[in-house]
Parts: sequence; C-alpha cells; structure tokens
Amino acid sequence: MQLYLPIAEVSVNLFLLLGLGGLVGLLSGMFGVGGGFLITPLLFFIGIPPAVAVATGANQVVASSVSGVMAQLRRKAVDFRMGLVLLVGGIAGSAVGVWVFAWLSAKGQVDLFVQLSYVLFLGLIGGMMLQESLRTLHRTRRPGSASVRRAHVHTWVHKLPLKVKFRASGLYISVLPPMMVGAVVGFLAAIMGVGGGFIMVPAMIYLLGMPTKVVVGTSLFQIIFVTAFTTLMHAVTSQTVDMLLALVLIVGGVIGAQIGTRLGLRLKAEQLRILLSLLVLAVAGKIALDLLLTPAELFSITPGFSL
Amino acid sequence: MIRALILLVLFVLPARAEQIVAGLSQSEVSITANFTGSEIIIYGAVKRDAPAPETPRLEVIVTVEGPASPLVIRKKNRRTGIWVNTDSVQIDLAPSFYEVATTGPLAKILSNTENLRYQITIPRAIRAIGISSEAENSTDFIAALLRIREAEGRYRLAEGAVTLTDATLFRADVVLPANLTEGDYRVRMYLTRGGKVIDAQDQVIAVQKQGLERFINRLSKSQPLIYGLISLAMAVAAGWSASALFRLLRT
Repeated sequence: MQLYLPIAEVSVNLFLLLGLGGLVGLLSGMFGVGGGFLITPLLFFIGIPPAVAVATGANQVVASSVSGVMAQLRRKAVDFRMGLVLLVGGIAGSAVGVWVFAWLSAKGQVDLFVQLSYVLFLGLIGGMMLQESLRTLHRTRRPGSASVRRAHVHTWVHKLPLKVKFRASGLYISVLPPMMVGAVVGFLAAIMGVGGGFIMVPAMIYLLGMPTKVVVGTSLFQIIFVTAFTTLMHAVTSQTVDMLLALVLIVGGVIGAQIGTRLGLRLKAEQLRILLSLLVLAVAGKIALDLLLTPAELFSITPGFSL
Repeated sequence: MIRALILLVLFVLPARAEQIVAGLSQSEVSITANFTGSEIIIYGAVKRDAPAPETPRLEVIVTVEGPASPLVIRKKNRRTGIWVNTDSVQIDLAPSFYEVATTGPLAKILSNTENLRYQITIPRAIRAIGISSEAENSTDFIAALLRIREAEGRYRLAEGAVTLTDATLFRADVVLPANLTEGDYRVRMYLTRGGKVIDAQDQVIAVQKQGLERFINRLSKSQPLIYGLISLAMAVAAGWSASALFRLLRT
C-alpha cells in the first residue's frame, strides 16, 4: 500500500515505513540509543529528501525515547538530576550546531561534514566499546578470575569544583564534565541529525563513570529534550518535518521500542555492548566506503541557491 | 478591395489552414494520501478549411511541463582520497517535470530553428529559462541534470507515443509520477509539417494536494511553530500511550 507524504512529496510503501520504524524502535529500546543514526541514513536510502529525513527522524526519536524512558522509569533507572545537567549543556551545543549546519548547507559541504563526523565518531566509539567488552567477556569466561570492577576510579574529573551528589548514579562529581559532555553531544547531534545516544552512552559509562544500570534511562531522558528542540527548530526554520511520515515511523517505532526493552533485559550487559559496538562499526564502515569509492554519479542536484 | 484582403490573409497566414481543437481528460490532478501517480489523456482533432496536403506528413508534438524552481548542480572530485563537492553551477529555473511526446523521431519532425523558437526539446526547455555562465564546462552539468532527472522519471522523451489517426485525430497518454510537485502544469500541442510548426495550443492542468495532505502542507507553512508543537505532542502522546498499552497487555 502506497502512502503519499505531504512534505517530502514522495509516495512510499506504508509497510516498508512501518518496518523501518519498528527496527529502529527495537534498537532504541535495547541499547538506549535514539536510533537517529540509523533512521536518517535509512530514510535517505528509500528516497526521502535529506532535509526532511533529518527533521522527521528527530521527531520520531522523540516518540521512541518517550516510550523507552517510561519503561526505564518503572525500573527506577533514570537519574533526573544528571539528565538535567546534561540537558543544559545539550541545548546550548545543539543551538550552535543548528547554526553551523545551516552555514554548511549553504556551502554545499554539509553531506561531507556529516559523513566524516559519522565515520569518525561511530568508528572511534564502536572500536573502543568492542575492545573493552571483548576484554571483559574474556576475563569473565576464564574460571577463577571473577571480574573485579572498582566502584570509583579517581581521575582529573573528580578534582573539578561545583560538586553535586547524583544519588541515582551513586556519584559525587562536579557538574562541569556532564555539562561539557552534554554540549559536545548536543552539537554533534544537531550537525549529524541524530539524538546522540550512541555518543552519550559510552561517554556516561567511560568518562563520567556512571553505572550501566542508569545510563540507558538517563540518556533516553536527555535525548527526548534535545530531539524535541531540534524538531521544533527544523519545523520553524525550514518546514521540513513531515507529520505523516513521522506518525507512521512512530507507530512502528513505539512497538519496536517496547519489544526492544524486554529483549534488552534478557541479554547480559556485555553481550549488549558487543552487539551495539558491532552495529555502530557497521554503519561507520558503510559510510567510509561511500566516501572512498568512486561514486556512480559524480553530480548531485539540490533545490535552491548556492552561496 | 475585399478580394485583395482575402488574398492578403491567405498569403500571410497559410499556416492557419490547419488548426488544433484539443481537450484534456482532466484539468485538475488531486494529490491525496493514496496518490501513486496519475495518467492524463491529451486528445484533439485537426480542423481544416481545405483538403489536407499529401506531403509533407502531418506530425504532432505534445509537451507537459511542471512548475520550475531554482537548482544547484554540484560535482564531486577526489580530494586527498575522499570524494568532495568541489564545483557547482546555479540553474535559475528548471522544470520539475517535463515530457515530450511525439508522433515520430523529434529530429525528423521538428527543425532546429523551430525548436529554438518554441523551446520544445528537453535541453531547450532548461536552457531557455536560463543558466548563469559561472562555470566554463556548464554543458557537463546540464547533461548531468538531464541524466539524473531522466533516471528519476521526471524528464521523458517519448517519441512515437502520440497516435495520429487519418491525419485528423490525435491522442497522447502522459503518466504523471508519484513525486509530483504542486502547481500549474503547462500542456503545449504543436502541429508540424516538414519540420515547421503550423499551429500551436496551450492548456493548463492544476495539480493540487487535497484533504489531509493539503491541510498538513498548509499548516506547516502558515503556522510553523504550532505545526512543530503538534508534531511533538503527537510524538509524546504516541510514545506514552504505547508504553501504557504494553504495560496493560502484560498484566
């Protein structure tokens, strides 16, 4: 069954869109990532104009994150105080990012910049996570040597001023590092058209030392607001949010997210991290190939004017 | 005096001896949620004052042209190992859709001078509207525009797609694709003999979104902030209700 999208101005198969939303929702629920880094390239692939894909993808991530965060709330796995601190940084970073994005669009270099950011960040984070998870898995497999995880690793992060107790995370650290993490993620999120969970989650675990238990819920909580902000900015500045497309993706996505959350509870944390890192690396590899291989069509058409 | 006038009229307007009387199967195309494209039939007859000459043969050309918009065409080049957009050409206006349907090969039934005058072929229709000469090799960019849009089904040359019966009745079926742009579509019809245009006619098809499609599209442009807030409210409500529903199902 075909569906004509009023803003994207293309006709797409309804079930294809539902399936796409479902797949991304599944991952969102399992890993606590918004799924933007998958939905946006997938929408390009089925022929949605890039500007509409980025804006509508953000809107879809809002819904799947709300659905995911509800499930996490019941497990008391959301650190609200940490989420708010991350958010303050996130909104500031996002505002700067949206501005840089608009400037690069006019220059015709936004695709390149987005692709390079994807390759760099996905590759780096995926590689780090995979290496770390494999090491831990290897250690736990060996009999006799139970994994020893220190609750606190004291680094330069703990020497900064403005310390605050984050009870849910069991941390007593300065607000500056989380705020910086939020700002960097917000900036990248706006430029890459994603929620930023795939950067946020590892940053929370490895940089802030938050327990894995609360990471997913807190990340989702923060993503809701950053993507809501992005959606609104796109709706107002470029009118590229397609409500109908978002609705179909959301219906698929919320169902997927619920299943994903259940599935995530069954898998061990290490297995979950290996799966997520492999997925992240696969996306990075695909985008790197696109940049390196000679494209079939050297020319591209974009509506509007160049600077 | 009257005889002189008639002679003058006959002398000045010999081309008007054959005229187009044309119609469209529909003068409006509505884009609704289940829109997957539309087929319009352009038909007509040739009205004559005198018996038709045997040679050269009568031919018919029909063009359908969608609303035009400005474009940037960019070209990638390899820079330090990766492919980067380096050159660009600005096109002031290019039609979003363009189809030329004819009774025979265009090169045979339309002379170059007539093509220049009436801007009929696809490359003509784009150049006509204007390309700024900022790049030296702009022909490559134009060729790329034609190639990409042809692949997308936006630009089409359908030689032999117009049927002409007894040199009097003609008919062309034009398929409008699903990725239509809203606006007025201009339909032009030409009668040619020996490469010369002997009569021409213009008609317009209005392509418009209807129902929900129209409502959403209008709202997003007239009230962007409200539109954005509605989109967000919808997302939050959907996420929350799905979560509540699943919880209900489990217990």
